[in-house]
Amino acid sequence: MWKRLLLGLIVLVLAAGIGFFALAWRSAYDPIDPPGRTAFDDAAIARGAALAGIGDCAVCHTAAGGEAYAGGLPIPTPFGTIYSTNITPDPETGIGRWSEAAFRRSMREGVARDGSHLYPAFPYPHFTKATDEDIRAIYAFLMTREPVRAEAPANQLPFPLNFRPLMAGWNLLFLDEGPFRPDPNQSEAWNRGAYLAEGLGHCGSCHTPVNALGAERKDRRYAGGVAEGWHAPALDASSPAPMPWTEEALANYLRGWDPHHGLAAGPMAPVVETMKDAPAADIAAIATYVASLSGGRTASRRSADQVVAFAEERAFGPVPQVDRPKISAVQAEGLQDGERLFVGACATCHHEGGALPYTRPVELSFSSSVTGPDPRNLVRIVLDGIHPPEGQPGPIMPGFAGALTDQQLEALLIYVRRHFGNAPAWRELGATIRDIRGSDAS
Amino acid sequence: MMALDVNGTTRQVDADPDTPLLYVLRNDLALNGAKFGCGLGQCGACTVMVDGNAVFSCVTPISLLEGRRITTVEGLGTAENPSPLQQAFIDEQAAQCGYCIAGMIMRAQALLERNARPSDAEIRRQMQPNLCRCGTHMRILRAVRRAADAMGSASAAPAGGEARL
Repeated sequence: MWKRLLLGLIVLVLAAGIGFFALAWRSAYDPIDPPGRTAFDDAAIARGAALAGIGDCAVCHTAAGGEAYAGGLPIPTPFGTIYSTNITPDPETGIGRWSEAAFRRSMREGVARDGSHLYPAFPYPHFTKATDEDIRAIYAFLMTREPVRAEAPANQLPFPLNFRPLMAGWNLLFLDEGPFRPDPNQSEAWNRGAYLAEGLGHCGSCHTPVNALGAERKDRRYAGGVAEGWHAPALDASSPAPMPWTEEALANYLRGWDPHHGLAAGPMAPVVETMKDAPAADIAAIATYVASLSGGRTASRRSADQVVAFAEERAFGPVPQVDRPKISAVQAEGLQDGERLFVGACATCHHEGGALPYTRPVELSFSSSVTGPDPRNLVRIVLDGIHPPEGQPGPIMPGFAGALTDQQLEALLIYVRRHFGNAPAWRELGATIRDIRGSDAS
Repeated sequence: MMALDVNGTTRQVDADPDTPLLYVLRNDLALNGAKFGCGLGQCGACTVMVDGNAVFSCVTPISLLEGRRITTVEGLGTAENPSPLQQAFIDEQAAQCGYCIAGMIMRAQALLERNARPSDAEIRRQMQPNLCRCGTHMRILRAVRRAADAMGSASAAPAGGEARL
C-alpha cells in the first residue's frame, strides 16, 4: 500500500517535471557569423531606426554615460535589479550571432538565442504584437550599429526568480502572444497608433498597474502605474490632468512641449527624446489612439474653460503687483507657511507674465503632478528640478534639494496642492518626502 | 529681525523673510563673493552652501534658513590664506572674467566635503548646473581635480570638510 502510494507520488512528480520541462524548454538557434552592413538595405535600416525610437530601445539598453545599445543599465523592479543587455552586434557580448529568426523569437516569446527565457522587464508582452516586417527592420538597424564589447552585470534576483525557466509559467499566465489585431470600426490612424502604442511603444508597461507577479492588469488598462520611482499617470478617463488630453495636446507633448501640459519629466523624458526622429504621422497616430483612451475626459470632470478660469484665478500676478497685502499679512511666526515659501522660492518664475529664457512654465493649475493622486512626481521635480537632455536647449527648473528641509518641502507642497491643485491634501506626503530623500529618521 | 548663521558667525538681519539670500549677503552683510547672474537659479553664479549642500542663493528666501549653516566663498579662506580649493583655482588660473568663479568654487566645495575622492565623471555631474560664459570650464574642472587630489592626500583620514573654516 505505502509502496504503491510512494510510486504514485514519484510518477506524479516526474510527470510534473517532464511537463514543466516541455513547457519551459526552448531550442537554441544556431549562432551565425555577424552579417555585414551590406546584408541590409538602407531603407530597412532607416525604418528600423524610427521604430527603435518608438520602442525606446536605447532608453533601457544604454547605461548612464555608456555606449548606445550596449546595455548595463540597472532596472529596479519590485523583485530585484535586472541589468539590460548589450544589443549591439558584438559577437561575444551582444547579439552579433543572433539570426533574424532568433531575434524575432525574442521579440515574440521572450526567449534568447540560446533558448533561455528573458524576464518581462524586456517588454516582449508588447513587442509580440510587432509585424514581421517591423521586427526585420529593427533587426537591420541594430545589426548595423557599431559593435560594443560590454558584458551586462549579473542580475540581482533572489531564488527562485533567478531560475529563468520559471518565466515559462509566467508566459503561460500572462503572455498574450500574437500579432496586433486592428479594430475595423476605428480609423486607419487610430489603428496605426494602437499598433504602435500597444506594441513597440509599450506604453502600458508603465501606465498600467501591475499585479503581484508584475504582469499588467488587463482589467485596469492604463489606470496609472509606477515607473522607476515615479508615478506614471493614468491615460484612461481617470487621468489626473486638469486639461483633457486631446490629440493635439498629446502630439505636442510627444514632440517636446504643450502649453497646457508642459514637457515630459522623469522617466518619460528619455522616451520623448528617443521618439524625436519618429515620423510625424506615427506620433500623430499614437496621439490619436492615446487620446481615445480617455475619450477627452479627466477625473476632475471640469471643462477646459473651467480649468482655464480656475488657473487664471489662482495664478500669481506679475511680481511687482504680487498680492502683496495678503502675503505680508503672514506674520514672521508663519515662516514655515507654504505660501510664504512659494513666494520666496517659486514665484520668481511661476508667476504671470514672467520673462524666462525659453518659455514660461506651465500653469501649476494645469499640472497633473500637482493634481494627481500621488505626490512623488512633484516631490522629485521640486528636489531635482527639470533639465533638458544633455546638449540641448529646453526649459530648466533648478532643483531645491539643498535649500529645503523635509518640513519646508512638505509645507510648500501642501500649499501648492491646495492653492493650485484644487484637490484634497495628499495623505502620505510627509512619508513620501522622507522616503524619496532617504531621510527617514527611523 | 532674523538670525542667520553665515560662515560660522550669527548675523542679525533686518529683511523681509521672502528676500533671496543673495540680496541679504550682498546688500546687508557686504559679502560680495556670490554674484547675481540670472536671478532664476539657472546660471549658478550665486551658488553658496547651506548645511554643506550647494544652493542657488538667488532663489532661496531667507525664511528657509533660520538655524541652518550658510557658507559663502568668504568662509573658505582669504586672499592671504586661501583654502586648498581656492589655491587650486589660482594654480590652474581657472578664472578669466571671474564672475562665475565664486559659485563654481562653492559648488565644488560641496562635492569635496561629501566625497573627498570624486571621479572625473562625478566632478562633471556636480558642476553641470553652473555656467561660465568665458569658457574656462576645462580649467575649472582641472582645478577641482587638483584640489581633490591635494585635499584627498593631505587629509586621508578626516575626508574633506576641514577647508571650510
